[in-house]
Amino acid sequence: MSVALAPNHLLDAVEKVAAHLYVWALKDIPQDLRDALADAAGRETSVTGQRVLQTILRNVNVAEEEKNLVCQDTGIAVYYCKVGEHFPLHPARIYAALREGTERATVEHPLRSNTVHTLTRENTGPNVGFRVPIVHWDFIPGWDGLDVKCVPKGSGSENMSFLKMCVPADGVTGIKMFVLESIVGAGGKPCPPGIVGVGIGGSADYAMHLAKEAIARPVGTHNPDPLVAQLEGELKDLLNETGVGPMGLGGDVTVLSVHVEHADTHMTLNPVAVNYQCWAARRASAHVSADGSIEYERDA
Amino acid sequence: MATHEVAFPVTDAAEILKLRAGDEVIVQGHIIGIRDRTQIRIFDQGIEPPMDLSGAFLLHTAPNVRKLGPGRYEKLCIGTTTSARMVRFTEGLGSQYGVRAICGKGGFPDEAIEPMQRLGMVYFAIVGGAAALETTQIEEIEEVAWEELMPECLWKFRVKDFGPLTVGIDAHGGSLYHDVQSRAHKKLEEIYARL
Repeated sequence: MSVALAPNHLLDAVEKVAAHLYVWALKDIPQDLRDALADAAGRETSVTGQRVLQTILRNVNVAEEEKNLVCQDTGIAVYYCKVGEHFPLHPARIYAALREGTERATVEHPLRSNTVHTLTRENTGPNVGFRVPIVHWDFIPGWDGLDVKCVPKGSGSENMSFLKMCVPADGVTGIKMFVLESIVGAGGKPCPPGIVGVGIGGSADYAMHLAKEAIARPVGTHNPDPLVAQLEGELKDLLNETGVGPMGLGGDVTVLSVHVEHADTHMTLNPVAVNYQCWAARRASAHVSADGSIEYERDA
Repeated sequence: MATHEVAFPVTDAAEILKLRAGDEVIVQGHIIGIRDRTQIRIFDQGIEPPMDLSGAFLLHTAPNVRKLGPGRYEKLCIGTTTSARMVRFTEGLGSQYGVRAICGKGGFPDEAIEPMQRLGMVYFAIVGGAAALETTQIEEIEEVAWEELMPECLWKFRVKDFGPLTVGIDAHGGSLYHDVQSRAHKKLEEIYARL
């Protein structure tokens, strides 16, 4: 039996995409986020809140002028991959290429290396380690492309992640209360105003996975299910009534957006997970065609 | 809310006592970068820091740098980390080393209020994530100690117009974080009642 070699041009393309997306995401935050921050500055009435938002807007411009990172926390590299059934590179190879790309970007830029062994706390290399980068997979039938989205996740916001196994009798009210108490309790630590990701249903682990997927959506996009979209709107309004404000120093704008992702669940389960994304909600995407050509996408 | 300019290290306690929670502050002079492992070494392992911290302004940071030569580093991107993890070192920094200001993001919980009042210290809130701007306000990395803790070393930075910072906790028992949290919890009760 002959062993088919992985097509080198595709390996190279995916590695190049990973390296480019990681740095691009860290330096140039998406337009939807810039618009949301400008809008926040337009309606914030507190003095400290205004001070914070004006500094944020100034910082986004300085990062662009100086070609520097928006935030020093280069995060843990997270990639979302949508792999077409007919894309001619196996996910095992895609993973290897993403890892190579992450490593190359870290060494060449250079970027701060954050990855450590979880017990010894010793650094494990240029933002790679055992099971790092973290890659999530979706497989698309009848398609031959690959979509990659890089979401470098800072620790300040990731530390503000919360899970509660509500019971069915807690209902939607229980879900709302848990999201509210989590975000108020987080205060200024996750760098508000940001994107609140909420995952509901599924299982404990899947709810958190969905919450993370939710923060990777462009600001202000809505869940296609109208019932879930309505919950997103209600939660956003309620959270902005709490007065936590920019950087937790008090004000009108506590969150830019609330994104909810859901899955059907067991009749006795009602899990709710919260994953916070800071105002510097870094993300960048690319499409790789079966022939290895690359298109970078700003708005995905 | 007033606006102040303060140069560090401070020698006159009045410079700290004039600051009130909510005030805006711009900092000049020298500041010292410090983080989790640096403070674990000082307090849990009992090793004396090889830098003078009296009157100092400490910044919770772990910078992105490029090494130029022995003990010499170029700044790449310097930002600020979440302070709450390091609150338990506040008392020791003030009482044993004479630190006057701690700057970070996200605030300190209420346990910092009493030692800061007793020891004449303040907590400055910086805008988390605004590292590109912060980097332009750091003129030079003048000194580095404990390089083996990279990037959680002791860093001495010379700064110009560092800020704007907000006084989060003052030396008079005032804390914006406490006020915001207690108002938010009252609001939550009101919201829960109508859910």
